[in-house]
Amino acid sequence: MSVIIILLIASISVAGLFLFAFLWSVKSGQFEDDYSPPSRILFDDKPSSTTKTQ
Amino acid sequence: MQVEKFYYDNKIVKAFGYATIVFGIVGMIVGLWAAIQIYYPAISLNFAPTTFGRLRPLHTNAIIFAFVGNASFAGIYYSLQRLCKARMFSDKLSWVHFWGWQLIIVAAAITLPLGLTNGAEYAELIWPIDVAITLVWVIFGINMFGTIIKRREKHLYVAIWFYIATWVTVALLHIVRSIELPYSATGSYSWFAGVQDALVQWWYGHNAVAFFLTTPVLGLMYYFLPKAANRPVYSYRLSIIHFWSLIFLYIWAGPHHLLYTALPDWAQSLGVVFSIMLIAPSWGGMLNGLFTLRGAWDKVREDPILKFMVVAITCYGMSTLEGPLLSLKGVNAIAHYTDWIVAHVHIGGLGWNGFLAFAILYYMIPKMWGTGLYSKKLATNHFWLGTIGIILYAVPMYWAGFEQSLNWKAFTAEGQLKFDFMETVNNIKGMYVIRSIGGTLYLIGALVMTYNLYKTIAKGKFIANEEAEAAPLVKEAHEKKEYWHRVIERKPVTMLVVSLILVAIGGLIEIIPTFLVKSNIPTIASVKPYTPLELQGRDIYVKEGCYTCHSQMIRPFRDEVVRYGEYSKAGEFVYDHPFQWGSKRTGPDLAREGGKYPDSWHYNHMYDPRSMSPGSLMPQYVWLLDNKLDTASTPAKIRAMKTLGVPYPDGYDKIANRDLMRQADSIAGNLKKDKIETASNAEIIALIAYLQRLGRDIKSEPKKSLAETTK
Repeated sequence: MSVIIILLIASISVAGLFLFAFLWSVKSGQFEDDYSPPSRILFDDKPSSTTKTQ
Repeated sequence: MQVEKFYYDNKIVKAFGYATIVFGIVGMIVGLWAAIQIYYPAISLNFAPTTFGRLRPLHTNAIIFAFVGNASFAGIYYSLQRLCKARMFSDKLSWVHFWGWQLIIVAAAITLPLGLTNGAEYAELIWPIDVAITLVWVIFGINMFGTIIKRREKHLYVAIWFYIATWVTVALLHIVRSIELPYSATGSYSWFAGVQDALVQWWYGHNAVAFFLTTPVLGLMYYFLPKAANRPVYSYRLSIIHFWSLIFLYIWAGPHHLLYTALPDWAQSLGVVFSIMLIAPSWGGMLNGLFTLRGAWDKVREDPILKFMVVAITCYGMSTLEGPLLSLKGVNAIAHYTDWIVAHVHIGGLGWNGFLAFAILYYMIPKMWGTGLYSKKLATNHFWLGTIGIILYAVPMYWAGFEQSLNWKAFTAEGQLKFDFMETVNNIKGMYVIRSIGGTLYLIGALVMTYNLYKTIAKGKFIANEEAEAAPLVKEAHEKKEYWHRVIERKPVTMLVVSLILVAIGGLIEIIPTFLVKSNIPTIASVKPYTPLELQGRDIYVKEGCYTCHSQMIRPFRDEVVRYGEYSKAGEFVYDHPFQWGSKRTGPDLAREGGKYPDSWHYNHMYDPRSMSPGSLMPQYVWLLDNKLDTASTPAKIRAMKTLGVPYPDGYDKIANRDLMRQADSIAGNLKKDKIETASNAEIIALIAYLQRLGRDIKSEPKKSLAETTK
């Protein structure tokens, strides 16, 4: 059963690391641009109608 | 800046799309066939390849790897090109991937009915196919990363992250689960035994659900839902959190498939904790999907594609709430081994995977043929057929699972078991009938879709190469203060490594200790290796897929101990390559079957189960009476087992067949006493030898030494 202690330490520290990285990234403004990526996919990149199609 | 002109490859998407439809319908028909067998065993046709034990793996493999697999590939090849603003890296690799995958499916469709199997759920395919899967997967990976590298869009959209995580994790899962020792061109034994094999199996099995049926489909959701609704995803930030937390948590949850079994307790608890935590990212994803439609619900009323997506995402939310609840020990004690689990996976399979696959087909095909959908009305009818089908499937199965479990656990006032096993089966037979009606409706819906898409294709003109243009990606000098997440997003290889590390940490921390810590598996002195005849019989047990209906794991509950005998100990399974604990009790547990009935009972029972237990749902296994046992394989099997650490004496492989015949003759002699004449080299003799061995090692052990050795 002693192995569960090691396991808990390992998993909590990994999870903690993740939490830390997440908080840090939020604070450092990592996710400031959360507008253009989701909007960009909505536009198709069809060649503009004036250029050589047809 | 000069814009570049290029073309999207629609042909490969079309091929994967067609394969999705064909194999989806095949997989559903096989599933329906298997479902009818449960209440009408004669439909097995008394033909080995079409009995439940062989059809069920065919159904699960067809649905997971052929239907959902091809749908995911179709969606990935469609969306990845458009998200990267680039054609696929290599057309040649695309086609090698396509044909390789279809050949694997055909090989599976041939080998599984022939009884060629590894006996591990969702990893049944034999070792040469396992090798082929690895190769094709690598080709898919090269093609995908090649496309990402040559992309014209700097930012990797969230869907691509999901595709990357899928590729990495499935590769890891598949390789670890496929570590096996071949003993012939088609046969192999799992490298792991007993408890360890079980842990590896459900680490794989659970994450096959997570990374083959969930993450790629979530990626598709993040692309196709905003496109179909023509509005951006509700929260891009939430999608980032959703992604990272989901891939990190999922890998830990596997042991919840083994609660109350002989798996060490700490591993069970760890699985439960992470399963509960999974609610958060899963619901984050569901809400992100549903909120995307905020203010656009009027579109859902009109558009069948959005209808399918809404139900798919809702089913995703329902099954990802139910999953964690099922992993609570109290709930699991009731639900495990019952039809409740079957209902649960079909909410995910029919609702989430199936409906999302239908939605993207309805979206992509009109687009690629430059036309509109042939009939919105038919698509809406398909939606309702499917939805009612899901309800008619799931509700009876929930009912059946709950009722049967309570029946199993019921005691009379005098302290006797209230129902014998057969009664608990008969009580729920009606539910099985309704379930198959639900499945039929769902299948009819899929056929309606096929007609609708066929008509759509007929009226459109296929655009094999879709023209597009975008500016090339300029290699800019990296600024010093670049945010770390942006750096990762730009570098797929870094991403790959980071994802792999995250996922590997979870897997290794759980698996390595069980290998290393001896105390996990108490060695029981009286547990001995199987005799050669028993080993051959065990392989027949695996071949016929007995594990699809019978468990070999008695949980430490009063009713199970009274019904089946002493609860199972980890040390009893140390020679089981592969483990055969099973996950469903359509029939009773067999862990202590040995010695319960005479040999002649088993003989008659295999010939016609209903002659020995009236009302039984088991198919007849008439061919076992005639088939001759392949004793030529015995030496190779013994040698393989010896390599895996089973303590047969040196040189035993050479004399194993002598012992085999001696034991076979003695069983044939027993049968003769009960007036059954049979050749001692019939397969049935080996199977009887194995069944009569099950669980006897512990029975023969005096109580005192048991207490000592299990300490």
